[in-house]
Amino acid sequence: MNTGQWLGLVTGILFGFLLQKGRVLRFDKQIGAMLLKDMTIFKFMLSSILVGMVGILLLSNFEIITLGHKPMNVGAVLLGGALFGIGWAVMGFCPGTSLGALGEGRWHAVFAIMGMVAGAALYSELYPVFKSTVLAWKDYGKLGLPEAMGISQWVIVPFFWTGIIALFFWFEKKEL
Amino acid sequence: MKWKTEDGGWSPYLAGALLGLLAIASVFATTQLLGKTNYLGASTTFVRAAGIIERTISPDRVATNEYYTETKLRVDWQFMLVVGIVLGAFISSTTDKSFKLEGVPPTWEKRFGPSIGKRAVVAFFGGIIAMVGARLADGCPSGHGLSGMMQLSVSAFVALGMFFGVGVLVARIVYGRRTS
Repeated sequence: MNTGQWLGLVTGILFGFLLQKGRVLRFDKQIGAMLLKDMTIFKFMLSSILVGMVGILLLSNFEIITLGHKPMNVGAVLLGGALFGIGWAVMGFCPGTSLGALGEGRWHAVFAIMGMVAGAALYSELYPVFKSTVLAWKDYGKLGLPEAMGISQWVIVPFFWTGIIALFFWFEKKEL
Repeated sequence: MKWKTEDGGWSPYLAGALLGLLAIASVFATTQLLGKTNYLGASTTFVRAAGIIERTISPDRVATNEYYTETKLRVDWQFMLVVGIVLGAFISSTTDKSFKLEGVPPTWEKRFGPSIGKRAVVAFFGGIIAMVGARLADGCPSGHGLSGMMQLSVSAFVALGMFFGVGVLVARIVYGRRTS
C-alpha cells in the first residue's frame, strides 16, 4: 500500500471508532433523528462541525491547506439532495454510517451497501443525461458563504457557534 | 452533562468534537504527505467500488463510461478511509461490548415485522435512490454535511438542508405512527 492508502486507512479507523463511540451508526438513531425524537446525530455532527470549522478556516487563512468547496450547482444540489433524503429515510443509513454499522455487527447494512453500489453504477449510466439537463441549469461554482454574503468568515463563525450552542441547550432542556 | 451514555458510549458532543479534531488533523496530514488537501467523504468510493466490480464483468463498457473515467477507478485515500470505518467501528464496538449481530433493526421490526427479506428489498432500493442523489449532489452527509459545513460551503448548507428536510418528511410517512 502507498502513503495515501495507509493514511486513509488510519484516518478511517479513527473516524469509524468515533462514529461508533458517538453511537450514531445505528439505524434507530438515524431514523430517530429524522423523526425528530433523538438528536444524537445532530449533536455529534454539529459538534464536529464547530470544532473542525475553526481549525480548517485557520489553516486555510494561513495558506497551509486549500479549501475545496463542492460546486453550488443548483439543480444538482436540490434534486440530488432531495433524492438522497428519500433514500436516507428509507434505508436508515448514509454511505459512511452503513459501513460503520456493518463493523458493529448490524449486518443488515449489507443490503443498503449493495443498493448504494448499484445506485453508483446506475448514476454512471445516467450521467450523460444529467450532464445535459439537471447539471446544466445553473452552476455558481465553488462558492463559500463568506464570498456569497460579502462578509468575513470570522464574523460568520461566532454567529454560527452561538446559534448552535443555543440549539444544544434547547436539545438538553427538551431531553431530545 | 454526562460524558458516557447508559450503554457505554461517549457523549455525542465529546465524540463529535474529537471528530472535528480528526478532520483538522486529516486535512493537514493529507496536504503535507500527499501534496493535496483531502476532505473526509465517503460516497465517491461507492462509484469506484461499482466501477471496479463492473470492470471484472465487462471492461469495455467501463472503459467507455464517461463518469467512471472522470472518477478514476483506483483504490485511493478515500477508498481506504471507508474500509477503515468498518475496522474502527469493529474495534470500538468489540472492546466496549456494544457489538451485536443484528438482522433487522429494532425500529423497523416494530413497524414492519421481523422479515429480513422485506427489510433487504426496501434497504436495497433506498440505497439506489440515495446514491443516485448523493452523486448528483456531489456529496453525502460526510462530504457535504461535515467537510462542506466546516469550510462554510454554500452547497453544503443547501445540500444538508435538503437531506434532512426531505428525510424528515419521508421518515414521517414511512415510520411515523399512524395514530397521533
